[in-house]
Amino acid sequence: MATTSLEPTTGSGVSIREFTEEEQYYVASQWQLMWRKFRRHRLGYASGVLLVLGYFFAITYDFWIPYDFTDRHDKLSSPPTRIHVIDANGTWQMPFVYGTQAIVDPQTFKRTFEEDPEQVHPIGLFTQGAPYKFWGLFEWDRHFFGVEGTTIHMFGTDDLGRDVFSRTLSAARISLSIGFVGVVLSFVLGIIIGGISGYFGGTVDLLIQRFIEFVISVPTIPLWMSLSAAVPITWSPLQTYFAITVVLSVVSWAGLARVVRGKILELRENDYVMAARVAGAGNMRVLFDHLVPGFMSYLIVHLTLAVPSMIIAETTLSFLRLGIRAPAVSWGTLMQDAQNVSTIAVFPWLMIPGVFVIIAVMLFNFLGDGLRDAADPYR
Amino acid sequence: MRAYLVRRFLFMVVGWWLLSVVVFIVIQLPPGDFLTNYIAGQEQAGTFLEREEIEALKLYYGLDRTPIEQYLFWAGRFVIGDLGRSFGSWRAAEQPVTKILAEVLPFTIILSTLALIFTYVVAIPIGIYSATHQYRPGDYFFTAVGFIGLAVPNFMLALLLMFMLFRYFGITAGGLFAPEYALAPWSVDKVLDMLKHLIVPVVVLGTAGTAGTMRVMRGVLLDELGKQYVITARARGVSERRLLFKYPVRLALNPIVSGTAYILPGIFGGNAIVAIVLSLPMTGPVLLTALRAQDMFLAGSIVMVEGALVIFGTFLSDILLALVDPRIRQERAVAA
Repeated sequence: MATTSLEPTTGSGVSIREFTEEEQYYVASQWQLMWRKFRRHRLGYASGVLLVLGYFFAITYDFWIPYDFTDRHDKLSSPPTRIHVIDANGTWQMPFVYGTQAIVDPQTFKRTFEEDPEQVHPIGLFTQGAPYKFWGLFEWDRHFFGVEGTTIHMFGTDDLGRDVFSRTLSAARISLSIGFVGVVLSFVLGIIIGGISGYFGGTVDLLIQRFIEFVISVPTIPLWMSLSAAVPITWSPLQTYFAITVVLSVVSWAGLARVVRGKILELRENDYVMAARVAGAGNMRVLFDHLVPGFMSYLIVHLTLAVPSMIIAETTLSFLRLGIRAPAVSWGTLMQDAQNVSTIAVFPWLMIPGVFVIIAVMLFNFLGDGLRDAADPYR
Repeated sequence: MRAYLVRRFLFMVVGWWLLSVVVFIVIQLPPGDFLTNYIAGQEQAGTFLEREEIEALKLYYGLDRTPIEQYLFWAGRFVIGDLGRSFGSWRAAEQPVTKILAEVLPFTIILSTLALIFTYVVAIPIGIYSATHQYRPGDYFFTAVGFIGLAVPNFMLALLLMFMLFRYFGITAGGLFAPEYALAPWSVDKVLDMLKHLIVPVVVLGTAGTAGTMRVMRGVLLDELGKQYVITARARGVSERRLLFKYPVRLALNPIVSGTAYILPGIFGGNAIVAIVLSLPMTGPVLLTALRAQDMFLAGSIVMVEGALVIFGTFLSDILLALVDPRIRQERAVAA
């Protein structure tokens, strides 16, 4: 979004003087005003930037991860690899890792990994590794970082020896996008049903409102669990993915429809709506061309605040093995490995994907908060 | 007042009916009909059903009739308290659904009620504090805690709390009773033991609603405190405490009471997750095993009963709202 694109030039190329700051304020569109206020909301703006970065990493995850998320390594349930910068002689080096040796305690069968100071493996950038097809477009085998001679596991490995770092980053693709796709679906449902309810009013409004109240009063998680349990096992990961987003939006459109209805009730009494109707605009046209843009900013705020609950819902369903299914990975499926206390006590690094869920949800909440303040014209 | 209550009551009944339709659809969702699944399951377990038995089951569920008739069969039996039979996904025993529910439902209701009480006991004082100490360190602290509480998925919070109790206090928080009380008859000690085990689930379930309730309380109270009548009262020398509790707090409680309708589904839903993680004898684990085994009558009944309870809870909160808010009690109320 441009902030200063309003150059007061005329078509003939004769430039008039620049707008002063005050004048710019008066000619700015609603979106420009919102953007300006949002920029000033430091927490919200920073969260927005971080989220954009997060999505960038999630989309281009192939390149950033050292291993494919299904690759198995011989280090089973290994804790995160330590990265050193000072070697055995006490001198500073570029970051490197030591080779490790798995030692099994003969009494308890507990595995520990001991570092071997003889084997020094520097961490390389743009190293050659497993080939992958970037966005299904071209083959590449360069990874952002990696080591030769041994393996590096920033977040440790799971019980099958798969790299948790690579899995977490790959899972971001599904976990971060499912909130968006689900929100878009609820958005469509909410805007249509809420729009009809608010615009036509009367009995239709009454019925829809009671129905919305009903939808809100149903305990969501049991319903979600039942619906997603009905997704056939034979479906492909992609089909399951969309089925889950549909399941999630079945419940969450209701809140949005309520917001839409309230706003339309408020706006439809305005003179400009009457003017549009007198000019011969049809119901749909008045609704979507004249009324919806009037509260679009509120909708966007509401949507931003709806994404986190979707992310949490997906994580929860997948954690219960009712959501995304292997071989596809989401943060929830990764958390399946951390089902009970004893696992967490022995392999605490398996909780790392959950930390990502918390961070993502908090960033969305801060972003939504910032947008809400920015969209409020009275602040 | 009476018209309001009658309308709310009718709404509750209609809600139950809508819910039953939804649940019936859920029961029918899995591919194949449940009788075929049931027979296949029984044969795998080594029991072959007699032809008469199959015919009897067909008749019982009305399987050769239209879906609408099947619905009426099912709903009719539900009303008289016959919830059908579980196919044996829970504790590997084929038994009436009512029997399983009688086992797990009381604990679920106790836990949900405690969690709701926890939510209010924690959220309302904090909301009042935050509003009267706006933008002070305390307000920021509680806001931050609230944000984190909103961001942590219930099951993770349960896992983390359990882990910390185990690590630092050596307490195993899973289950509802210590082993020595599990089979013992009810006694004061057993109740105390149960309450001890309920702390973690109550805290986990309560925090989810607490964050939101806290924000509402703070927001509404801030609005009220800025109003003319408060300023007038202060100018006349009314003490700050009286100023706060006489009207503003009472007004700010209204949205909290009506907000129960939104918190309750969350608590009952979150219940399922927490009970699974902490292995509590509640509806959650039963629902999960039933769903995995496609034991749909058991699963459907749980969703139905929990949903019906939540709708009933909403009705109760409507009554409560009428009691605390004279505008609803006396005027011809505008619903919701």
